[in-house]
Amino acid sequence: MEHGRTPTVPAASAATVAGVAERARPGIADRALETLARSWRPLALLVACFAVWWVVSAARLVEPYLVPSPGSTLQVMRDKAGYIWHHGWVTTYETLLGFAIAVAVGVLAAVIMVYSSTVEKTLYPVLLFAQVVPKIAIAPLFIVWLGFGIAPKIVVAVLIAFFPVVISMVTGLKSVDPEMVQLSATMGAGPLQTFVKIRFPASLPHLFSGLKVAVTLAVTGAVVGEFVGANEGLGFVILQANGNLDTPMLFAGLIVMSLIGVVLFLLVEIAEKLLLPWHASRRGDAVTTTY
Amino acid sequence: MTEEVEQTVALAEGGGDAAAVDVDDVAVRFRTRKKDVLALRQISLSVATGEFVAIVGPSGCGKSTLLKLVAGLLKPSSGAVRLHGDAVTGPRRDIGYVFQRAALLEWRSARRNILLQAEMRHMPGAAARKRADELIDMTGLRGFEDAYPHELSGGMQQRVALCRALLHRPPVLLMDEPFGALDALTREQMNIELNRIWRETGTTVLLVTHSIAEAVYLANRVVVMSARPGTVTEIIDVALPAERDYAETMGLEEFSSATTRIRRLLGAAPGAE
Repeated sequence: MEHGRTPTVPAASAATVAGVAERARPGIADRALETLARSWRPLALLVACFAVWWVVSAARLVEPYLVPSPGSTLQVMRDKAGYIWHHGWVTTYETLLGFAIAVAVGVLAAVIMVYSSTVEKTLYPVLLFAQVVPKIAIAPLFIVWLGFGIAPKIVVAVLIAFFPVVISMVTGLKSVDPEMVQLSATMGAGPLQTFVKIRFPASLPHLFSGLKVAVTLAVTGAVVGEFVGANEGLGFVILQANGNLDTPMLFAGLIVMSLIGVVLFLLVEIAEKLLLPWHASRRGDAVTTTY
Repeated sequence: MTEEVEQTVALAEGGGDAAAVDVDDVAVRFRTRKKDVLALRQISLSVATGEFVAIVGPSGCGKSTLLKLVAGLLKPSSGAVRLHGDAVTGPRRDIGYVFQRAALLEWRSARRNILLQAEMRHMPGAAARKRADELIDMTGLRGFEDAYPHELSGGMQQRVALCRALLHRPPVLLMDEPFGALDALTREQMNIELNRIWRETGTTVLLVTHSIAEAVYLANRVVVMSARPGTVTEIIDVALPAERDYAETMGLEEFSSATTRIRRLLGAAPGAE
């Protein structure tokens, strides 16, 4: 069908809309510069921290058996790369499995709670109780129940990551525009259709902010599980190094552990950008949480 | 055309003598823990098929509640509401609804927001897309159909909401202060467009508004409501032709007498806007 208006310009092109022009996609070099311009401050702070660390150890302000030099720490990371890689992977594996279970159970629990206030009233105090019980205190119990394998680590990771997932998903599902739900009713949509097409997608921005908290907590959970009793994982590495007064290895373990947390956090953030481009663009590109 | 469309057209015409919308001695009571609020009392209103009726009244008089009753989104405490002679007992599918806020899904483009109506109703895809294209042209959205809500101005968003409400050719269109959040100029423009769309579609329209000028310019009849508990104070016939030029209409004797009468009823000073 032709519309007879301004036939010289393709009607569907956004560039033809008054005052709106598609911006050219920046090249790789430009984008790298942009990223650098955005992230130089946190990078500079990180470098400054390393510099302070280096000065402290080089000037022997603290004994090396208390704080190792950056050099000896890097040395250990290089020499024992296979060892660290193996245990790092165990911790990552426990974290990811715990996180995945926490997300699946948390989202399901949130959906049920939002649709049934009876379930919500019944479940909420239990959830809160599970949240306030210090996980470190009950972790030994899981070792007694589940043994020294990865099961107790995953359970601790799930318990610690579960709460932010539930809370954010409940908030997301409840924050849907009530007029949108009424509109859906006048369209003859049933509860399932309304959930799939309106409620669930609308709740995703909230869910993702919960997921970012949850994924970093899951790392903590896995390591706490390892502290209590393990023969694998970074928690185990740190405990061993501590026992041997091997501070370079201890520091290496800490650095790898933090890196795992940061990488997982960034992965969740990338997933958010890919899945919710509408949300990211509404927030505006100038406001970004990635460095 | 499609079955869905034939059905709604048949509904619009097949109602016979029954009014498109019939509100019969309705009262609505809201119960909260502390208070018992009587929102509407003794409301009776009959709207003929193809008629444009505007509802004006002070804030909180229950205008929106009245629209929700007609849509079946609320149950009256007493009395009855009928659409084409058929008692309203639950949410009605044979209406289109437009809210003050556009209520668009942020993750869908304008066109896909319009087509949500078709998806929910399981309308045949090709016919729905063709209808969406017609409406996009009719409301001047051409060129913006692939834009996302956050990229659209308030007026454009409201046009999308209007297209979505008209996609299934509803015999009755309910509008709850649809232009209340727009600036004055955009609002006038939307008024002119709504008048044309109403003439082109022949839909029965029930419009809630705060603007007396908007009510008189658009409607065949204006229902003036009292403060809470809301009831019908008076129904004013607007003796203007269906096709109305905006600026010209504003200057007509009929227009000013109707607006003055409504202002008096609402207790505003004569001539005050």
